[in-house]
Amino acid sequence: MKYVDEFRDPIKAKALFNEIHALKDKIKRVDNKPLQLMEFCGGHTHTIFRYGIEQMLPDWIELVHGPGCPVCVLPMGRVDDCVTLAERPDVIFTTFGDAMRVPGSKKSLLQAKADGADIRMVYSPLDALELARKNLDRQVIFFALGFETTMPSTALTVLQAESEGIENFSLFCNHITTVPTIKAILDSPDMQIDGFLAPGHVSMVVGEKPFEFVAETYDKPIVVTGFEPLDILQSIWMVLKQLAENRCEVENQYARIVAATGNPPGLDAISKVFELREFFEWRGLGSIDHSGVKMREHFSGFDAERKFSVPNIKIADPKSCQCGEVLKGVIRPWECKVFGSSCTPEIPMGALMVSTEGACAAYYNFGNLPELLAKRKQKKLNNDTEESAA
Amino acid sequence: MSTAQVKRKLRSDIITLAHGSGGKAMRDLIEDVFVGGFNNTHLSQLEDQARFDLNSLTAQGDRLAMTTDSYVVDPLFFPGGDIGKLAITGTVNDLAVGGAKPLYLTCGMIIEEGFPVEDLRRIVTSMKATADAAGVSIVTGDTKVVHRGAADKLFINTAGIGVIPQGVNITASRAQVDDVIIINGYVGDHGAAIVDARGEMELENTIETDCQSLNGLIETMLEVCPDIHCMRDATRGGIATVLNEFAESSNVSITLNEAALPVRAEVRGMCEILGLDPLYLANEGKVIAIVPADSADDLLSAMKQQAAGIDSAIIGTVKAEPSSRVVLNTSFGGERIVDMLVGEQLPRIC
Repeated sequence: MKYVDEFRDPIKAKALFNEIHALKDKIKRVDNKPLQLMEFCGGHTHTIFRYGIEQMLPDWIELVHGPGCPVCVLPMGRVDDCVTLAERPDVIFTTFGDAMRVPGSKKSLLQAKADGADIRMVYSPLDALELARKNLDRQVIFFALGFETTMPSTALTVLQAESEGIENFSLFCNHITTVPTIKAILDSPDMQIDGFLAPGHVSMVVGEKPFEFVAETYDKPIVVTGFEPLDILQSIWMVLKQLAENRCEVENQYARIVAATGNPPGLDAISKVFELREFFEWRGLGSIDHSGVKMREHFSGFDAERKFSVPNIKIADPKSCQCGEVLKGVIRPWECKVFGSSCTPEIPMGALMVSTEGACAAYYNFGNLPELLAKRKQKKLNNDTEESAA
Repeated sequence: MSTAQVKRKLRSDIITLAHGSGGKAMRDLIEDVFVGGFNNTHLSQLEDQARFDLNSLTAQGDRLAMTTDSYVVDPLFFPGGDIGKLAITGTVNDLAVGGAKPLYLTCGMIIEEGFPVEDLRRIVTSMKATADAAGVSIVTGDTKVVHRGAADKLFINTAGIGVIPQGVNITASRAQVDDVIIINGYVGDHGAAIVDARGEMELENTIETDCQSLNGLIETMLEVCPDIHCMRDATRGGIATVLNEFAESSNVSITLNEAALPVRAEVRGMCEILGLDPLYLANEGKVIAIVPADSADDLLSAMKQQAAGIDSAIIGTVKAEPSSRVVLNTSFGGERIVDMLVGEQLPRIC
C-alpha cells in the first residue's frame, strides 16, 4: 500500500538498528543501567507492540510506555458521570467506540447500553451533531475525549452547532492536555527517564514550541515522532544521538505532518471554545494542575456539565493497581502485582489495561503471558532473597 | 402432495402477526414463499418433520455430522451477499470443515412484523440458489412473526446434517510440529464489507463479502490429502481466533508469516483508518487447514485450480514452542503474540 509500506520497510529498519547499536558505547549510562526512553503517546505504544519493535531493540534500551492514551487515563468518576448522563431518558449519548469498555465504579457504557441507555458509537463529533439535527426531541451529548489532537474537531463542531442555532447538542468535555502531564512526570521524584518521544498528532496541532521546556528546563532530549514503525525507530535513534552528543533539544522527526508552529486555525478554534481547568483527575496519576480543559462560559448552552446535573464524585483507583509506577517507568507493566491475574483486558482494574493502547493491555495482548508471569515470580523471589539477606 | 399442487398465494406486501398465527395467512406464507421458493420433495410433503432413508446415508460414510447457526447480520443485504446466502453457506461450511458432505438443512425464520414480503422473497430466492449450488436441500422449517421491536427485521436459524466419509479424521487437536497452515484466499473481506455496507465510513471502494460455500473446495482438498489434521472456517473473531483454538487444543505453537498473509489493499486501507486488525475481521468463505508438510504443495496447487481457492496461500507453520500460542512474524522483522479477541471488534456481522 502506497505511503504506508515505505514506512514499514524491513531493510531500512535493519539499517536503523545498526545505527542504534553503533551508539551504544558513545552514551554514558549510570551503573550500566538501560537507558529509559518514554513514548508518551498510546498510538506509539500500539505501533511498538504491533510490529514487535521492543524485542528487536538491544537490552540497553528500555521503552517506558507513557500515559498518552486518553481512554486509559479517564478516571472512574468521569465514567460514572457518563453513565448518569446516558441513562437520562431524554438523552442520546454519543461516544467513540473505544470508550465503551472503560469501567466505571458500577458499570461501563457498554453495560449501560445493555441496560437500555441510548448510547451510540460515532466516528466523529460531526456524526453526533447530525444525530442532533435528526432528533430534535432528544438531547444529543457527545463524549468529548482526547488530547489536543481531537480538540479542534470538537471545538469546530460546537462552533458549527452555534452557527446553526442547534440547541439539543452538547459536549461532555473530558479533553486533556499533554504538556502539564509530561511536566508532572518529569517532576516526580522517582522519575528515571532519559529521553522522550513526543506525540506526533498532538504536535501537529500545538507545534514544537510547547515541548521546549523538556529540553531547556529538564535537560532531556525530545523528538516529535510519527506513528509508523520506521518513524519510531528513527526517533529512538535521534534521541540516542542527542544523548551521545550531549545535546538536549526538541527535534522533529515527523516533519511530513508536523509544522513547527502547529495548526493555527485548529489552535484558534480550541481557544475560542475551551479554557484550562484548574486541575483534572487522571486515572493512575492523580490530580494534575491545568491538565484538562472545560468549555468557556459563552458556550455553557453546549456544555453537558452545566446543562445537566452530573454527580462528579471522585472515585479512588483500586489500591492494588500500580499504574502510576508503570507510567513513570519505575516498574515494568508485568511487574505490577495484579497484572494478568485480577487485572486483564476482559476485566480491567487499572487504567493501562483498558484500551489496546494502554501499556499493560499491549503487554497482555502482544506479549508472551506465561513467560512474563514467570519473570514476575522470579523477580519477587529475588527481591525476597535480597530482603532476607539484608 | 407434489409441488405442482401448491397454489396458495401470499397477497400481502408486508408480513403481519397473522402470518405467524397458524391460520390461513400463515399457510399462504409457508406454501407460497417457503415451499414454493425452496422447492424440493422433502419440504412439499408438508409434514412436521423431514424423513431420510438411512441406507443412502450410510452408503456415503460412517458418521453423521450435525450443526446449527443463527444469522442476525445487519444490514440484511450487502455487497456480494445477503442474510439468506449467509445462512446457507455458514451452515454448509460448518459441516464441510469437519470433513462431512453436507446434505440437508433446516430453516427457522423469526420475522419482525412489517417486514416487506418482497425482501423475504429475495432472501428465499438467494437461499435456494446458494443451496442448489452447494448441493444441499432445505428440508424442513419453522416461521415465527414477532411484534415490532421484538426482533430486528429478520433472524434466520439453519441447522444441517452431513455424512463424514470413512477415514477422515479432522479435529482441532491434531496439529503436529512441522505441519503447514494453508488458507484459501484473502482474509477479512466479510467484516470489511459489512462496515462498508453500513455506509458510516463513506469509502470510495465497494468491498464485497467473501461469503461462499466451501464444501466443493474441501472435497477436492480431501481427495488430494485425506489426512488433513485440522480444519475450520474462520468466521467471527477472524483467523486469529481459529489459529488460537488450534494452538490450544493441540498444545503447539503456530507461527504466522505476515508477509504471506493475503489481505486486499482496500481491506487493509479500511483497517488502517479504523485501527482494526484483519486477523480479527470476520470471514464467511475462508477455510484454514493444518496439513502434513509433505502434502502442502500438492494441496495448494489443487486448491488454486478451484474458484473458491484461487488465492490460496501457505501462511505459516506449526512449532513446539511457545506452546498454545500464536506468534506473528511481522513484515517489519519483529514478532508478536496474536491472542484471542477481547470484547468485540464490530457488532452483528453474521
